[in-house]
Amino acid sequence: MSDPLNGNNYDVVIIGAGPAGLSAALTLKKSGIESVLVVDRDSEAGGAPRHCGHPPFGIREYKRIMTGPSFAKRLVQSARDNSIKIALKTTVTMLQPAGNITVSSPEGMGKITAKRVLIATGIRETPRSSRLVSGDRPLGICTTGTLQSMYYLKKLIPFRYPVIVGTEIVSFSALSTCKKAGIKPVAMLEENQRPTLRWPLYYAAQAFGVPLLLQTQIVKIIGDPRVRAVYVAENKGNIREIACDGVLFSGQFTPESTLARMSHLDLDYATNSPIVDQFGRCTDPTYYAAGNVLQHATGKKAPIYYNPSNLPQPVDVAGKCWDEGQITAQWIVQDLAGNLPQ
Amino acid sequence: MDTPKHQNNFSSTTQIIARADVAIIGGGVVGCAVARKLTLEGASIVLIEKGTDILSGASKGNSAILHTGFDAPIGSLEWECVQNGYNEYLQINKSLNLPLQKTGALIAAWSEEQEAKFSDILKKGKDNNVHDLQLLSRKEILELEPNLGKNIRSAIVVPREFIIDPWSTPLAYLQQALENGGKALFNAEVTDGEFDGMSWLLNTQRGHVKATHVINCAGLYGDIVNSKVLGNCDFTIKPRKGQFVLFDKAARKLLSSVILPVPTARTKGIVLFPTIFGNVAVGPTAEDQDGRDDASVDKENLQALHNQALEKIPALANIPITATFAGIRPATEKSEYQVSQDPDRNWITLGGIRSTGLTSSLGLAQHVHQLLLQRGTEFKPLVSPIVPSVPNLAENQPRDYETSGYGEIVCHCEMVTDREINAAMKGSMPAGSIAGLKRRTRATMGRCQGFYCSARLAELTKGKFEDSIDVGKADV
Repeated sequence: MSDPLNGNNYDVVIIGAGPAGLSAALTLKKSGIESVLVVDRDSEAGGAPRHCGHPPFGIREYKRIMTGPSFAKRLVQSARDNSIKIALKTTVTMLQPAGNITVSSPEGMGKITAKRVLIATGIRETPRSSRLVSGDRPLGICTTGTLQSMYYLKKLIPFRYPVIVGTEIVSFSALSTCKKAGIKPVAMLEENQRPTLRWPLYYAAQAFGVPLLLQTQIVKIIGDPRVRAVYVAENKGNIREIACDGVLFSGQFTPESTLARMSHLDLDYATNSPIVDQFGRCTDPTYYAAGNVLQHATGKKAPIYYNPSNLPQPVDVAGKCWDEGQITAQWIVQDLAGNLPQ
Repeated sequence: MDTPKHQNNFSSTTQIIARADVAIIGGGVVGCAVARKLTLEGASIVLIEKGTDILSGASKGNSAILHTGFDAPIGSLEWECVQNGYNEYLQINKSLNLPLQKTGALIAAWSEEQEAKFSDILKKGKDNNVHDLQLLSRKEILELEPNLGKNIRSAIVVPREFIIDPWSTPLAYLQQALENGGKALFNAEVTDGEFDGMSWLLNTQRGHVKATHVINCAGLYGDIVNSKVLGNCDFTIKPRKGQFVLFDKAARKLLSSVILPVPTARTKGIVLFPTIFGNVAVGPTAEDQDGRDDASVDKENLQALHNQALEKIPALANIPITATFAGIRPATEKSEYQVSQDPDRNWITLGGIRSTGLTSSLGLAQHVHQLLLQRGTEFKPLVSPIVPSVPNLAENQPRDYETSGYGEIVCHCEMVTDREINAAMKGSMPAGSIAGLKRRTRATMGRCQGFYCSARLAELTKGKFEDSIDVGKADV
């Protein structure tokens, strides 16, 4: 294959080689659309499941229970088996009208034109900064995604006895990653009366021997150069100190919609996802979006970033992203055949 | 004063780890600028810093504005140094590859009371030799800045207030000093010293430094250094914290100028400004505190800053917050710079350099050079000094990722390559800590704050710094 990037035209370019992007690519191929390019900024394809070293993945795609990394491997293998072009270490830097995108790769900058572009850039957790948590800014503060990529990809750990903030599904993953990595969380904090994920988190925390502190909020982080303690506020107004060497902020997912945000596409500020119609089509109809980058409005008021009462947004399990990639790809096939309303 | 512990120790070279014409205490922007200037003028220098890297104190958090000095105290040394520093920056920035964005600033009035101060500001500008201040009507402002809140009344435009890179700037200064023969010592807190009538022997945590002249640029610790070494100090540092909230880069298209408030007697007030890296920031607060190292943030102040920004530009409500941080200004009980000298003991103090230090540092360095000349020092200026080119991090100049040949982009939010990260850990002034590496490359400073890149960054930096991102290998 010659340089896949510069000056090339494709029928469809897919941004993101995770479950949504790869399933869309497979669907397009199977529908007879040959000119498809998947780009991913990472050095490996597979997306977030690569560093979610726990089940259950793969039930609806491969009819068996798998861990994230083996699911990701299967996904990428399926793509390879169907000779789907994947350009790795390729970062899209700009989206412009009519399917013109700019990319950076170790070979330099390039421009690609596609009849249709699918944005499948996924989701990430909200970091400490945009939660406006008080205190020092030492080493040892991270999100579940960071912990998982450090442990599953590099076998490194960012702390040994952290406090975990949040009780979402992903917080369960955080607990299980900690257990595998020999990390012993000293407490799990939830500011509401009940954990967000009531079952099995309640029991999991108990089983792992991690105290689940309800109606307890982190109010300050102490330490330099590394986390030494956190102050937490309990419901009754008591402030107390918990010694720890790290803080793990879990959940509060936000779409990785930067490309759309920086472009001519309109964003739904309630969800921070690109605005799409019933076909997954953005406000520039050459662009589509699918997977976790699309969070569906809950009908609630627009979230304010630091608002602690802001309910966590749902994160689709990989299988749902896979489905959505397929469905959106089918719409793209229809669109290219001229069968979608303008 | 404590009795020096090393009397009659001058002939011994065993403990002397550096000798120079001039010892500079403190690796903030002022120390770095003085190091550069004196090196170029032919002095041998050693910069002594107690932290692991430059910019470990006051200089690590500021609003990165190149000030014209339009509102400086008339006839003051601060005014002189700001103007000289401003002019020199514009002369040298291109050759050092330091960025500049000609944003201009607006002093915005949101109330009649603020407007009432405009005539004084215009007059002060003229008196301060800044002749291009201009009054703008509400309509003119909204043409220039259509996203400003519609309740704006009027503004003074300061066309030549610009934005620069707060971290690469001092780095370039010190790098130029080091590449032309200067030395720098880190983890070397000065504990005391003795003057023998000819030269100083400073005691540091790393050993003795012998130098003819000493320039105290110790910022937040300026008074402590004077007390410990000279035995007296005529000012007291009153640390003043400034918190900032940084908005996502999507905000940049909502604002083109620096929005200055009408200043009060105490501070320049809360500024809403674009950054050279393509963000928009709001800050600083002005909170007096005892701690000289306490750069913690607090939710109440951050929320208040966020609200203030939204009042000025309502569309910021839709923009996520990228980061929060704080800096500490070395304010004193007085409003002026505390620049003084002890000619009998070859000692110059540059103290109390607050908000304007990033701009004035080059001017202060010129001032120090003049003071040394007045004392009869005879240094021979370098004929063709080495001019280092620092890596560009500004969004308005080509970045490394736009040039082929890098291995991978490590930090995707700030588009930082492995080539940039590896380069920042080498060279004449390598990063001394993870924080220093961030300031040199911007890795992890973007919207995800390390969600995606911390793992790779931990791997790339393993074993390079005393305090690492990880705490080691997993146990199992």
